[in-house]
Parts: sequence; structure tokens; C-alpha cells
Amino acid sequence: MASIAVERPVQPRIAAAAGWAKRVLLVLAGLAVFWGIWEGYRWIGERAGITWPFRVDAINMPHIHDMLWTLTKPLQPGGPALFQDEWHWALFTGKEALVGFLLGGAIGFVLAVVLAHSTILRRGLLPYIVISQTVPILAVAPMVVVGLGTKGVQPWVAVAVIAAYLTFFPVAVNTLRGLMSPDPRALELMRSYAADRRAVLWKLRLPASLPFVFSALKISATASVIGAIIGETPASIQNGLGGAIVNFNQYYSTAPERLWATNIVCAVLGLFFFAVVLVAERLVLKRAPEHVA
Amino acid sequence: MNAQASAVSLKGVSKSFRAGVTALTGIDLDVRPREFVSLIGPSGCGKSTLLRIIGDLIEPTAGTVEVNGKSAHKARLDHDYGIVFQEAVLYDWRTVAKNIVLPLELLRWDRGRRSARVKELLQLVELEGFADHHPWQLSGGMQQRVSIARALSFDPALLLMDEPFGALDEMTRERLNMELLRIWEASGSTIVFVTHSIPEAVFLSTRVVVMSARPGRIAGVVEVDLPQPRGGRTREEPRFFELVTEVRERLAAGGADLVAEEPEVAEEAL
Repeated sequence: MASIAVERPVQPRIAAAAGWAKRVLLVLAGLAVFWGIWEGYRWIGERAGITWPFRVDAINMPHIHDMLWTLTKPLQPGGPALFQDEWHWALFTGKEALVGFLLGGAIGFVLAVVLAHSTILRRGLLPYIVISQTVPILAVAPMVVVGLGTKGVQPWVAVAVIAAYLTFFPVAVNTLRGLMSPDPRALELMRSYAADRRAVLWKLRLPASLPFVFSALKISATASVIGAIIGETPASIQNGLGGAIVNFNQYYSTAPERLWATNIVCAVLGLFFFAVVLVAERLVLKRAPEHVA
Repeated sequence: MNAQASAVSLKGVSKSFRAGVTALTGIDLDVRPREFVSLIGPSGCGKSTLLRIIGDLIEPTAGTVEVNGKSAHKARLDHDYGIVFQEAVLYDWRTVAKNIVLPLELLRWDRGRRSARVKELLQLVELEGFADHHPWQLSGGMQQRVSIARALSFDPALLLMDEPFGALDEMTRERLNMELLRIWEASGSTIVFVTHSIPEAVFLSTRVVVMSARPGRIAGVVEVDLPQPRGGRTREEPRFFELVTEVRERLAAGGADLVAEEPEVAEEAL
């Protein structure tokens, strides 16, 4: 029979490897461009005496190589190199963020499933879910840490709760959208099979929602890291990146590159979370290329 | 249920939507087992709505609907019919084989029985070798064949088809028409088929039900006495053209303007 199937081109391994190499090169090129802009602006700014929006000098714009170099130097003479400290802080904050991510993801997901099945709850509850995100996290964080602290909850768990607070929202909203996304015909089809709600959920709504869930998880992955860092600040937790940022902020005028180095570590941690979700998405979603964001 | 029981029996069926639109009024129709009945009419005449009423996907405002001698509701719960839409409505995340077994999963067939059935069905719709493809790797015609295989998977006595070939090009459409007739003969099922195309209706059906525009009612019924089995020659017979003309005249008499492209009223039901 004359088949008119449109096969996806089978990429040989070499082509795939070349594709990856290209991507890595692009990322490196992007970093190089960023580096060039930073150092170029500083070079011109110092000579031209730019003071707006901020004075361009060694304090406000340390050299990028100084930021990286300071990671190899100890905080105190004879101590371990800064990157070893950063590693431990990152692990600590990473733990908070991970627990927050999982907790928030689970809450957001369950919430979405519940809301998808009740128009009344959807109309009644959704506004409050939106309002929850308009409350500044900086105002909520101390209350959560202190409040949970009086119940004997460890501070890092309280921070995880704050991370969850930032995580659950994108997951809830996007999952809900995904659960509601099936075509009316697809729902009619399930109805024609006399499928009950549970079957519709498992066979249709959930699989259809997965692309939405993953785009939410990508947002939440970085949001949970930010939530953990911000959560540490009012809790005066010293073992994480948030504590380190507060610390280095106080000594900014003498060692600005340390704060910047910590910022870089925070960014790398966020990127790591993002990358894990991305890999999970690639493994789980096997569908039309245009559906993989 | 006696031997003469209708596959589908509609008595005084009407349907009005909340917006005050009357989609159907006073529909009486009996479809005998093993018949191939086409519903034809202009856009907005309620033929898709009527099909959905038979499938208990929409409730009529008035009248009674029986499928296989029981209420349409009971028939749906008993999996008495399979349905095919204009779009294939395949699940992107499932392979061809997995799409076909979807109803069987819901019917809790075991794995062995399912995979045996998939083999038969892929053969029936001539898609052997595509079991592990995903829908987006198939052409529109192939997707629609998968959709038909899925509707036939649990061997329903009745097949409801809502313009299944409406989105396909003419050549694919004619080929699938032939295939559908072969499947109809092989499966021994009853088919209710909604279409826009007069030649398609005449070629496929044992009876063509001509509907008039809003409010939708039955403007006439044309018995198609073309010999079975039908083939490439059927479309060239003088009788074929006579019947096409007859259907066209009935449509015109019913005030049909086939060019008018009003939105299907069925959309409002959802």
C-alpha cells in the first residue's frame, strides 16, 4: 500500500552530537558576549566618569575574573577556599529549595486536579490563589519562619515552606489549564465510551496536561531556589546562600566580588534545578516536536 | 429484543438550545440493523446534533430515542456504538496501537486480548506496520483510519460517523469510502453517517435521509437501490446520477443552500 506517512528524519548520531556541540558553543558565545559588555561598560564608564544610574567603579562593577578568582581564596587565613563554603551553602539552600519544590509542586498539582472537577471551587478559590501571590514574599517569610519556629519546626523546613509558597502557584495555574485543555471532541469520545471521571482524568486530562505541567515546573524550579534564598534572609539562617548574601552585603565595600561570586553560585543552582526539569521533560514527553517547548 | 428491532429508532425528536435556537424538530426515523443511513443537509440543519442525540452525547428536548431496543442512555453505557468525528481526535501521546485500544482499556480487556485485537484491526484498516507510530507521523487519511479502527475495536453493533471524511482531499475520500464499505460488510454493523457530500451519501448508503435547514427536519428519504457490493463502477452508472439528482432536488425543495456556511449548531451544546 502506498503509505504517505511523514517520518521524522532519523538523525544520525554524528548530526546529533554536532547539534549539541553547536548549542554548547552558543552558550559559551553568549557568556563571552555578556563578559565583553560588562567589562566594556566598566572600561568606558570609568574613563567617561559615568555616574548614572550608578557610579562605574571597582566597587559597583568588580571584574568578572575577580568574582571567579575570589572563589579560590579562603575567607579567613588558613581556612578552606570560598568555593568549598559556597558548595556547602548551595547544598543547604538546594535542600530547602528541593523540598519546597516537591511540596509546592504536589500541592499545586492536587489543587489543580480538585479545581478542574468543580466549577464552584474554581470560581470561589482561584481569586484567593491569585491573591496569595500578590502578597510580598518578604513580608510573609518572617511570619512563616517565626510562626513555624514556635511550633518547633526547624528553620530550614520553614524556608522550604516559603519556597513551596512560590512554587505551587505556577504549577496549580498551568496544570489546571492543561487539565481543561482537551478538545471537546476528545471529551465526547470518552463520554461515548461511558468513561467515568477517574478514567477521563487518567486517560485524557492528565496526559494532556503534562506539557503544561512541565512548563510550570520549569518556572517553579527557579522560583523555588529564589524562595529558599529569600526565605533564609529573615530567618537569619547562616548555613545557606541567603545567609551568605546578607553577610557579604555587609562587607560589600571591602570585598564586593564575594557577593557577586555568591550571586553566580545562586544562578548556577537555579540553572541546575531548571536543567533537571528539562531533562525530565525530555524523558517523559514523547510527542510531536512542536509540542516540546 | 425481537429480530425486527430497529438499530436506531427516533420518535418526535426535537432539540432546542438555551439561546432559543431550534436545531431539530419532529424527527421520526427508524434505522434497521445492517443499514447504512446517511444524514445529509446544509450546514446548521442539525444533522450533527441528531447524531449526538443518537449517541446520548446530547439530550433531546422532546421525543424518544432508542438504540438497539433500549434507551440511548442505556445503549451508551452498554458500549453499543462507536463514534468517528470529522477530526480523528487521536491522543498525541499514544501510539497508533495504543489509540486503538483506548476503549478496550476502559472495558478492561486484558493485554493479550487487546494486542490480538489491534492486529486484526490494523489489518482491517490497512495500517499494518504503523502500530508504533504516533498520530502526528500519519497523514490525515491514515489518522482517520486509526479513528475508525478505534471505533470498531469493541465490535459495536452501531457506528456513528460525523463527516468523517469531510476534511480529506477528494482522492483519499473516495478510497476511504471504498474501505468503509468493505469494513461495513465485514463487520456487519449498522452505520449512521453524516455528510455534506451528495455523491458520497449516494455511493455509500442504503438510504439517504435529506434534512432541511433550521429548524432541522427530515425533508425526504431516498432509497438507494444501487446493487451491492459497490465499487469503482458504481459511480459511473446512470442510476447513480439519477439518485444524486434526486437527493439534490430534495435538498433544494427543503430550502437547502449548500453554499451557506453557517456554524454548526452542535457547537452550542458544549
